[in-house]
Amino acid sequence: MSFFTHFGRYLLMIRGMMTRPENMRMYWKEFMHQCVEIGIGSLGIVMIISVFMGAVSAVQTAYQLVSPLIPKSTIAQIVRDTVILEFAPTVVCIVLAGVVGSKIASELGNMRVSEQIDALEIMGINTKAYLILPKIAATLVTIPMLVVLSMGLGIWGGRLAGSLSNILSTDTYDTGLLENFLPYNVIFALYKSYTFAFIISSIPAYYGYYVKGGALEIGRSSTKSVVVSCIMILFADYILAAMLL
Amino acid sequence: MIEFKHIIKSFDEKIVLNDVSHVMQTGLCNLIIGTSGSGKTVLQKCLVGLLEPNSGEIVYDDQSFTGMEEDQRKELRQQIGMLFQGSALFDSMTVQQNVMFPLDMFTKKNFAEKLKRVNEVLERVNLKDVNPKYPAELSGGMKKRVGIARAIVLNPKYLFCDEPNSGLDPQTSMVIDKLIYDITKEFNMTTVINTHDMNSVMEIGENIIYLYNGKKEWSGNNKEIIYSKNEKLNAFIFASEFLQDAKDMRMLEARGKIDQNRDMDELMK
Repeated sequence: MSFFTHFGRYLLMIRGMMTRPENMRMYWKEFMHQCVEIGIGSLGIVMIISVFMGAVSAVQTAYQLVSPLIPKSTIAQIVRDTVILEFAPTVVCIVLAGVVGSKIASELGNMRVSEQIDALEIMGINTKAYLILPKIAATLVTIPMLVVLSMGLGIWGGRLAGSLSNILSTDTYDTGLLENFLPYNVIFALYKSYTFAFIISSIPAYYGYYVKGGALEIGRSSTKSVVVSCIMILFADYILAAMLL
Repeated sequence: MIEFKHIIKSFDEKIVLNDVSHVMQTGLCNLIIGTSGSGKTVLQKCLVGLLEPNSGEIVYDDQSFTGMEEDQRKELRQQIGMLFQGSALFDSMTVQQNVMFPLDMFTKKNFAEKLKRVNEVLERVNLKDVNPKYPAELSGGMKKRVGIARAIVLNPKYLFCDEPNSGLDPQTSMVIDKLIYDITKEFNMTTVINTHDMNSVMEIGENIIYLYNGKKEWSGNNKEIIYSKNEKLNAFIFASEFLQDAKDMRMLEARGKIDQNRDMDELMK
């Protein structure tokens, strides 16, 4: 199938979701369920990678700053801006593309193969709206929250690593954090996280929803959805950086 | 009543259904039979709208299904129940949640009323104390019965069953057949069953359509099928020597050459 066929079908899927819900209460229930699955379910991995990303960037920045003319507080600035601009939104979302994306693709793929989607269609339910829309909405709500949390934890991780490794004191780190801070960077990171959240949910949903075959194809479509999502995240990352910075 | 006229369905160049017409009667078990690949499942999917026929018309009690807008179809589908080959129960939900799902989605009943209805239908399919179980904890026969319970919970006018006996032992198959038959009579539904199970054909086949290579080859009921002279049908129905002998015996009985009231115990001695 060509790129344009996939893209056209993807757009039709997105359009197909935009209908009046059969029962708003059931959609809300499904949305809250997905928020728990995606948001709370990813909390652990996001916390771990965020702390270590911040810690490693503090240690590596200190390793590269050999000049005595550059103040130690610069390390905190570099950690802060790297975490806010790139690590928290992009790296976390790439990890979430694997965690959340493969889950969405395999869940929908399994439902398709075991005729559960057909069963919902027969009941008169718009399956695109009921199964995909709450997932996309839940990622749009929870992933920016996770990214903000990741920013905080990443910066804290750098502070912790800096003091534990005797690179710089916590006071110097805190001073550096407040120097030349641009609030727009956080806004930019949120733009990125919303864009990536949509990619992370809609692309795996497409691959899972239209899967054909059996268990093998579910695995393949899950892997493919993660690969395509990661590429699209990196592509969107470049476009957004070029446009908005 | 469901009437379909001149249904043609093809996938790329391959014609799967070729000008198939028939009427599925209300209050009867209507069977679609045929070998694997004959087009049974495709026909049933066309009837419920999961596939669009290339041409032809499908009419549900004077309402043209093929000419309906999607919103009208969604309304009609609330009167359709379907039992899938693999039961298609929602894995992440318990039996109670599975059966309650259509009620949650399409009714404004409170929880107590919904639970009462769920228990009624579960009792109707002879299932008790399974409400908190998950589909993975049930046997094949129990899954089918939960599937039937979910299909009938909204009192549908039309019930579709895709291979309801697949993967079941003969005894459980008969229980499922009897259940579908009784429910059809009790609620006066139009039931359409896809099967290649010969016991089902003989037990509940009140209106049968036989498909061969995508074409309607024969139609009739379970009484007429015994005496049919259609070679393709006979090759399909009486495939084994045992079934051929059974058919010959019935033919001889019908011609009065064997006493229908013979004492088999006496003969066995």
